Amino acid sequence: MLGFGVERLRADMNRLLALLFHQGVLDEQFLQLQQLQDETSPNFVSEVVNIYFHESEKLLRNLRGLLLDREFSDYKKMGIHINQFMGSSSSIGAKRIRNICVAFRAASEQNNRAGCLRALELLEHEYCYLKNKFHELFQMEQQRLLAAGARYPVQN
Amino acid sequence: MVNSCVSLYRSNTMEFGNSSTANGSVSGSVSPKTLSVLIVDEDPIIRRTNIALLNRFGLQINVAENGKEAVDLYSAGAYFDIVFMDMEMPIMDGPMATKEFRNMGVTSMIVGLASRSLDSEIHEFIGAGLNGCHVKPLNNAKITSVLQELIASIY
Repeated sequence: MLGFGVERLRADMNRLLALLFHQGVLDEQFLQLQQLQDETSPNFVSEVVNIYFHESEKLLRNLRGLLLDREFSDYKKMGIHINQFMGSSSSIGAKRIRNICVAFRAASEQNNRAGCLRALELLEHEYCYLKNKFHELFQMEQQRLLAAGARYPVQN
Repeated sequence: MVNSCVSLYRSNTMEFGNSSTANGSVSGSVSPKTLSVLIVDEDPIIRRTNIALLNRFGLQINVAENGKEAVDLYSAGAYFDIVFMDMEMPIMDGPMATKEFRNMGVTSMIVGLASRSLDSEIHEFIGAGLNGCHVKPLNNAKITSVLQELIASIY
């Protein structure tokens, strides 16, 4: 029965990942990230994704701070933040976020404040969606590991 | 193919060290040289993922968080076979650091990593003295291509 739970969780995780790929939320770069996880770095993916969350939230705060400033005009500074967000999103395979960054950058280069605000809202929405999905995935992975550990209890 | 290229590099660029034997005489020993790489990027995610990627190729890896840190490493006597240089960084960006390296006479292979592919900024970056430029993110195929170029330039 416990083995069945492990397999069921694995299937659920694969289904969730397949959905995220199908929706275009993730791309093959995420697969490369998974391939870098091994016995020497067993938590590599979750470590990198958690750094991504931490850095992304800083960047989103900075971007919102810039755009909410009535006297905002430093589009070059905004461009730097967007490029950084784009680069880190590309690194983990966050395809939809990356694509929104491209549109955001275009609006920034045209000094289009309204366009930037729209792009930022989209970005925040997309980021929340991705973060929730990753949390689901990592929770399933933890449950799977616990179930796998319980399957082979240590005997004295 | 890359592994054979890296092995060929190692077998042809040996470093000789001396070790003492039991009777006190000195004998030479040969150890293969490992390709050394410097990753220059302010983003911790990109540094972390690039370190993991490059580790798979058996390379010796160092990091710097901006162009100035990278230049300071060379000024202190360090040398790296390949430098992966981000374009936009605080304190000293990629184009400035690359120009500085070339002015210092640095002959390392410098590969730019940019977040855009068609831009006047890319041309300026390449013009600063890069050996090549790739759009982020780095992946196995791009690393293989860089290593092949490096090996080809040696032979």
